[in-house]
Amino acid sequence: MLPLECMLWSWPIGPAGERVLSMRVFARTPLDLEKMARPRGQVYLIPERCKGCNLCVELCPRNVLEPSPQTNSKGYHYPQIREGHEGDCVHCEFCTMVCPEFAIFTLEADG
Amino acid sequence: MTAAGVLTGQHFMNGDHACAEGAIAAGCRFFGGYPITPSTEIAERLARRLPEVGGVFIQMEDELGSIAAILGASAAGARAMTATSGPGFSLMMENLGLGIMMELPCLIVNVQRGSPSTGLPTLPGQSDIMQARWGTHGDVRAVAYAPWSPQEFFDLTVLGFNVADRYRVPVLLMADEVVGHMVERVTIPDPDSIPRWERKRPNGKSKAGFKPFLAGEDLIPPMVHAGEGYRVHFTGLTHDERGYPDMSAEAHDRLVRRLVNKIDLHAAEIIRTEGYHLDDARIVVLAFGSTARSARRAVREARAKGIPAGFLRLVSVWPFPVEELRQLAGTVDAFVMAEMNLGQLITEVERHVTQPVIGVQHAGGAMLPPEPILKAIEEAAGHGAG
Amino acid sequence: MAQARLVEKHPLDDIIRADRMPHIWCPGCGIGIAMRCYAHALLRSEVPAEKHVVVSGIGCSGRVAGYMNIDSYHTTHGRAIPFAVGLKLANPELEVLVFSGDGDLAAIGGNHLIHGARRNVDITVICANNFNYGMTGGQLGPTTPYMARTTTSPYGCPELPFNLVYLLAAAGANFVSRWTTLHVRQVIDDILYAFQKPGFSFIEVLSPCPIGFGKSNDFEQGIEEMKFYRERCQLGDGVPLEDLGIDLTGDRPIYVGRFVDRDAPPYTPVRLEGEQ
Repeated sequence: MLPLECMLWSWPIGPAGERVLSMRVFARTPLDLEKMARPRGQVYLIPERCKGCNLCVELCPRNVLEPSPQTNSKGYHYPQIREGHEGDCVHCEFCTMVCPEFAIFTLEADG
Repeated sequence: MTAAGVLTGQHFMNGDHACAEGAIAAGCRFFGGYPITPSTEIAERLARRLPEVGGVFIQMEDELGSIAAILGASAAGARAMTATSGPGFSLMMENLGLGIMMELPCLIVNVQRGSPSTGLPTLPGQSDIMQARWGTHGDVRAVAYAPWSPQEFFDLTVLGFNVADRYRVPVLLMADEVVGHMVERVTIPDPDSIPRWERKRPNGKSKAGFKPFLAGEDLIPPMVHAGEGYRVHFTGLTHDERGYPDMSAEAHDRLVRRLVNKIDLHAAEIIRTEGYHLDDARIVVLAFGSTARSARRAVREARAKGIPAGFLRLVSVWPFPVEELRQLAGTVDAFVMAEMNLGQLITEVERHVTQPVIGVQHAGGAMLPPEPILKAIEEAAGHGAG
Repeated sequence: MAQARLVEKHPLDDIIRADRMPHIWCPGCGIGIAMRCYAHALLRSEVPAEKHVVVSGIGCSGRVAGYMNIDSYHTTHGRAIPFAVGLKLANPELEVLVFSGDGDLAAIGGNHLIHGARRNVDITVICANNFNYGMTGGQLGPTTPYMARTTTSPYGCPELPFNLVYLLAAAGANFVSRWTTLHVRQVIDDILYAFQKPGFSFIEVLSPCPIGFGKSNDFEQGIEEMKFYRERCQLGDGVPLEDLGIDLTGDRPIYVGRFVDRDAPPYTPVRLEGEQ
């Protein structure tokens, strides 16, 4: 087993209230780590079908979406990509599956 | 038994059984029903016979399930029927409308008993006749036949399936307990001589974009069945030619009128009557079902007494034979309508003729005998007692 | 990606009647989600789309038949199951699915539900349970939770609801599961499983109804009820069937999962040996 130094996503708080900067984690490094790439997704929208229910916005595990200032012809705010989260979609397809309106789906991002 | 399961030959058979054999002979391969006197024998006979011919018999949990099941079977392409009596007939009314709206052929037999309510389960009645016409909500045209013998129960079952398939409509067979339970000779022909009218089918090559409720001049849209690849939508909602719901007054008027006109247009092919001594009749008796047997006897006796009586037997009860009636009204002095109810079909006669119409009625429970019909004929002829 | 790409066609548009989109269901309604799970499962099933048939009853869930691009029958209130039974028995090659709601299936259709399960006819039933009669404006139904507010229970529903899983298990269904419209992957998997499993399969899918039910019961929007499912749902493995009832008061978990998976013989019409 090789020790793995890792930086954590956010700063945890230690027992004396101090910020913990790093931890030693004992784990195996996957042998094919270089071959594995995180999937990247491209979001597609059909704005006229959206009813602004925000299920995709609130349930996306990567927080990729937010309601846009634009509306469709029925007055519903369809989603847009949140600024700074453009690369975060991992094509998990949860929005595709949870949208009741068949108005949003993702495909593997090209390139 | 022939290869098609038809019991060709001479039989001494009760009416209900003759109906079941008529169904087998007509190619019925699905029965979904519920036991109810006096129609239970139809179910019992088919429970035994359908498995012999590769058909499906299922006793459903109630009459609502029964009629829903036969509509489903019809949608899948089968000739399907159910059999019931008054109380079950009432339960079937909603889905009768569904069958009319979805244009699903099927046969519904009502072996009428004393009504209303639980009434007289084991005794005859003819008081569901107006219900057959108007029992389901909405503007509809009913198609109903009334056999007067076990033989005719067989024949009208075959005809009923044919009419249902050709005109894409549920057909009602309004028998009564006397005809259902009496035992008489029934001659069942060879399968080859039993007529079979098939459902109209699409003749286009392409399935994509097929409109399942688009009808031509005959007002009958071609029928497609589940699983044939047409991907059609059938709904009880008012719909357009694609079958999609259309919640507009225009679409509703168009659809309901076509369904109504579909039967009106073909009424002459659907109506069946039988005339006895009509050529010189001055008094015409109308009757149907078991009452017709008494009416014929009464007319014979009247003739023997010198009264120019004739008899128009209604083999089909709906559509009502208005044309024939109007023709008779040209030469007839009076009509007598004999029915085992307190005056239902008589209203149809009265509204089409100006002559007096005498009703011979009782609420049901026993076959209407010839005597009161004869008395009415005599009264109509001016030879009444006193 | 920099932006979402705006398009006009969805990958599922061939299996749904895209010419009728957008559908009539309210924003946040879960029926569209359940319908999409059905569409996904249908496309993945080994039975070709031409042999799939959907039958529905009356209600918001009943509209599903009109939106699926397969042979579909939108029948009368409560009578979808016997209609489906007729279809299936007349043509056993059909893959028949009944898509309906809690009121249509368990109130007016209750008799057909239990008898269909008892007979173990080989059909699949999806019950979109949104705890009320949504189409007619939000009246109470047989699954309305105790004390919930509806238009016909303005002071709180005084009736105890059905525990549909228990009911269907007792009636004899071969397969009974419950999920919510949040558990989309599980719903798809269960529908696929039900397609190939002989016998009666019943999948209860709890669904938000923001206008009919949610608004009066502290779920203003569909997303709030979905988050509620996320918090309160728990896999119910090993929980006795009689304890699987749903109670929104207090903090009882809502149990989801596959609860019945047995192999009782499916209904087979009688056939005689050497029939003619």
